[in-house]
Amino acid sequence: MGNKQTVFTQEQLDAYQDCTFFTRKEILRLFYRYRDLAPQLVPLDYTNKPAVTLPYELIGSMPELKDNPFRQRIAEVFSEHGDGDMTLDDFLDMFSVLSEMAPRDLKAYYAFKIYDFNNDDYICKLDLEKTVNKLTRNELTPEEVSLVCEKVIYEADVDNDGKLSLEDFQHMIVRAPDFL
Amino acid sequence: EDKEEDESKEEDNGSQQNRASRRKNYQRKNRDGRKAGEGGSQKKDRGKMSPTKDQKESENKEKKTTKKGKEGENKQKKDRKNSTSSASSNSSDEVSLSEEELAMLMEQVEQKKKLISTMRSKPWRMVKKLSVLREAQDFVEKFEGALGKGKGKKLYAYKMMMAKKWVKFKRDFENFKTQCIPWEMKIKEVESHFGSSVASYFIFLRWMYGVNLVLFGLIFGLVIIPEVLMGMPYGSMPRKTVPRAEQATAMDFSVLWDFEGYIKYSALFYGYYNNQRTIGWLKYRLPMAYFMVGISVFGYSLMVVIRSMARNANESTADGDDENFIFSWKMFTSWDYLIGNPETADNKFASITTSFKESIVDEQESNKDENIHLRRFLRVLANVLIICCLCGSGYLIYFVVKRSQTFSKMQNVGWYERNEVEIVMSLLGMFCPPLFETIAALENYHPRIGLKWQLGRIFALFLGNLYTFLLALMDDVNEKLAEEDVVKNITHWTLLGHHNSSAGNDSTVTPPPLDPADVPRGPCWETTVGIEFMRLTVSDILVTYITILVGDFIRACFVRFVNYCWCWDLEAGFPSYAEFDISGNVLGLVFNQGMIWMGSFYAPGLVGINVLRLLTSMYFQCWAVMSSNVPHARVFKASKSNNFYMGLLLLILFLSLLPVAYTIMSLPPSFDCGPFSGKKRMYEVIQETIELDFPLFVAKIFSYVANPGLIIPAILLMVLAIYYLNAVSKAYQRANAELKKKMQMQRQEEKNKRNNKAGTNPMLQDLDDLLTPSTKTESPPKEAEDKKIESPNGTSAARKAGRGAALDGSPMADRREAAFTPPSQAFVTQPRTLGIRAPYPGPPRPWGHPLGAVPGRGRGQPRY
Repeated sequence: MGNKQTVFTQEQLDAYQDCTFFTRKEILRLFYRYRDLAPQLVPLDYTNKPAVTLPYELIGSMPELKDNPFRQRIAEVFSEHGDGDMTLDDFLDMFSVLSEMAPRDLKAYYAFKIYDFNNDDYICKLDLEKTVNKLTRNELTPEEVSLVCEKVIYEADVDNDGKLSLEDFQHMIVRAPDFL
Repeated sequence: EDKEEDESKEEDNGSQQNRASRRKNYQRKNRDGRKAGEGGSQKKDRGKMSPTKDQKESENKEKKTTKKGKEGENKQKKDRKNSTSSASSNSSDEVSLSEEELAMLMEQVEQKKKLISTMRSKPWRMVKKLSVLREAQDFVEKFEGALGKGKGKKLYAYKMMMAKKWVKFKRDFENFKTQCIPWEMKIKEVESHFGSSVASYFIFLRWMYGVNLVLFGLIFGLVIIPEVLMGMPYGSMPRKTVPRAEQATAMDFSVLWDFEGYIKYSALFYGYYNNQRTIGWLKYRLPMAYFMVGISVFGYSLMVVIRSMARNANESTADGDDENFIFSWKMFTSWDYLIGNPETADNKFASITTSFKESIVDEQESNKDENIHLRRFLRVLANVLIICCLCGSGYLIYFVVKRSQTFSKMQNVGWYERNEVEIVMSLLGMFCPPLFETIAALENYHPRIGLKWQLGRIFALFLGNLYTFLLALMDDVNEKLAEEDVVKNITHWTLLGHHNSSAGNDSTVTPPPLDPADVPRGPCWETTVGIEFMRLTVSDILVTYITILVGDFIRACFVRFVNYCWCWDLEAGFPSYAEFDISGNVLGLVFNQGMIWMGSFYAPGLVGINVLRLLTSMYFQCWAVMSSNVPHARVFKASKSNNFYMGLLLLILFLSLLPVAYTIMSLPPSFDCGPFSGKKRMYEVIQETIELDFPLFVAKIFSYVANPGLIIPAILLMVLAIYYLNAVSKAYQRANAELKKKMQMQRQEEKNKRNNKAGTNPMLQDLDDLLTPSTKTESPPKEAEDKKIESPNGTSAARKAGRGAALDGSPMADRREAAFTPPSQAFVTQPRTLGIRAPYPGPPRPWGHPLGAVPGRGRGQPRY
């Protein structure tokens, strides 16, 4: 326990542990990951909470996100101003939600946000089309894409308003065997 | 606000489906908290809140003017802060705290604590979480000490301190525990390159290693080490000495490699143990310990496997039996977020595209069924082929085993003849799985289902092999038993003769004992069995490693380096790189574990070898997979509950229990080796212990319990209990299915109704539009009133209770919770009874969304 780390104060670490699903060591590891993205920007001392944000280009180049079709959205959803630039807090938040310890409800909530491309709190047909195209790298024809989207709305839209609300989404997704 | 939403969601989701128990707990906690909060605020109402009322009102006015979104959130936060501070000032003003307020305060503190403990699963920004957390902590800190009076106060403070310490300890322990999980990074690395299905194998391997470590501890700690420390030393008895005839070659490597010579007469095998009742100064009852450890190895394994199966079953939700959401699931859950490798990602993209195309084609041509016929035919054909393969391999093994029995009678047999069984079995294990895989390509299953089939088939193959092997072994044992009778007489006579001759020569001097190496021995079938298992395990290890080395590594090297000077593209063309063979590896592991379970009774050292094997194969396979394998062409996600592996393991555990139980219960142990020599049956050691070491009444009780008259009713009772429980669970299942059907029908009805309404009744819609502004104007003051009445303590628990009910949009939950919707919400729910929802000035927009009214579905009432 007694390893010397001067990045955070003990209170900060405790607070982070309360707010995320991580242990102390993991938080420190994540901090170093964060710092490695831009060693010249991020100070090694976070005790006085410097306001540092890393641009999306750096966040998106992490191996965890590099190949993810939704990396831009993920960064946007978790960043404070919705532009993909992240502070350390946002960064920890993101990994906490994506970690395997996070409950499914929380994940579903953020997944909804991620798939909701135009931020209108509903997943509408445009969002779905975007999702499909990202997933398949535009390999499907427009007809196929729209067919798929219609199917999805038909299946999951409980209240029949032509778009998926958060309730619809959660109702559908918590049943999925693959949803981790 | 967000919290409320979150909880309301939980409410309506939670009751509709089974969820992991963890979640349930969490919900219960929440619900409790809510109830408590309600009670607390009611008390608060009665208490005097007048000093803060004005403040409150002004705040509400402010709130009315502020829009939703970030600003509103800040407001709320401020409100929270204000209320906390006001509450604190309030309490500091009044020096004498009334009972009521105390209780209330206590509840608040409890609530804050709950908030702290559930903080991490709130969908808030980190900044907000941190600030709320700090506030809550400050609050708790501040008021914890203030609670209780005099002695009680001290005690309370002490209790709180201990609780805090305990929390800290738990956290440290948790941190420590996660640090102790071995190979976490290694597995994560593999996972990020190959997807979660490959990682699931390594997780399984790690789990297995843990189980084996415990077994190793049991056997070594309770059997081998006591024997080595306290038992008679090597060479003191015939059973602990290498016979004279073998002594010349006993140290040769080739002999040792076959587990003959000195290894055979060591504590690693059954035969070495003495039948002395107690050994050493501790009076350690070794035969008893040996027997109990043998049983508890099985007991522990069974318990662990079943427990982890039950846990997995709890965690897994409805196992995809819902056919409603094919496309939705494909869309939202097909990406494996753990992929961190461009190559894997490419494969994943390709596979998602194909799967979309497939289901589109399915959807479009669901009426045509000629394809289905062809597919069915192919599947049947594949199964027939595979059954043929299985039968063939079973017969081959049987044949080889028979042959090896004739070989064993002959002298001067070569290396091949001696190891023929192992070689054939290894070859079968090497070549049959790829063959099955080729045949399985006919069937065209989804890879996850395909993997299960493949696993099942190879399992059958291995099982057949194992059982033919066991039958052959049984033949061998029976032969040995017959031989033993003869040898027993010879030994007897030899010893007698030796005594007589020495006694005849000189009766006063004690006869010089016959050298233990010269005493004729029985064949000791137990050690033979142990040696067979040992050999099989070792050859299995070698074959596995060599296969990996040659089939993966050398192949990868060849493909990589010869590719520069070859006539076709080796990487894309024929040999290419190997994929990681999940099914083969998992089954190898399961099968190997079965051998360990079966063999460990007769060869206690086997577990040690297995621990080494698992340890090395963790590193070796991790290395091999990272260095020389490519990701699967069709990457698929392993579902979180790997109960299939566990099911296989349980099956093989049960199957390996059978032969061991049979030998223990119905074969006589060898007369001159092992801890049970001299007894008729092995289990007699228990009876002996009970008779000699326990008071008489225990023996009596035991004899009553062991009476068939008692056992048969007990078994009957168990069968009845199983039947009853089964019936109950069936009934639940039926009820579940019924509910599901009902839900679906309701949903359909709702849809139809809405469609009709929307189509035929535009009037109503207009009416609704007219209704909306009134709602808009009406609700904020109403809200303000609500607020005024309610507690200003910032946690807004009572509001939560009412609002949570009205929040959700799903009709089911609506109906369900209508019962306790407070009257103030009546005007909101009214439009909904008309079947159309009022468009609303926007649901909450927590983070920096564009402000302004967005037409949306009304979800109860405005939030601020």
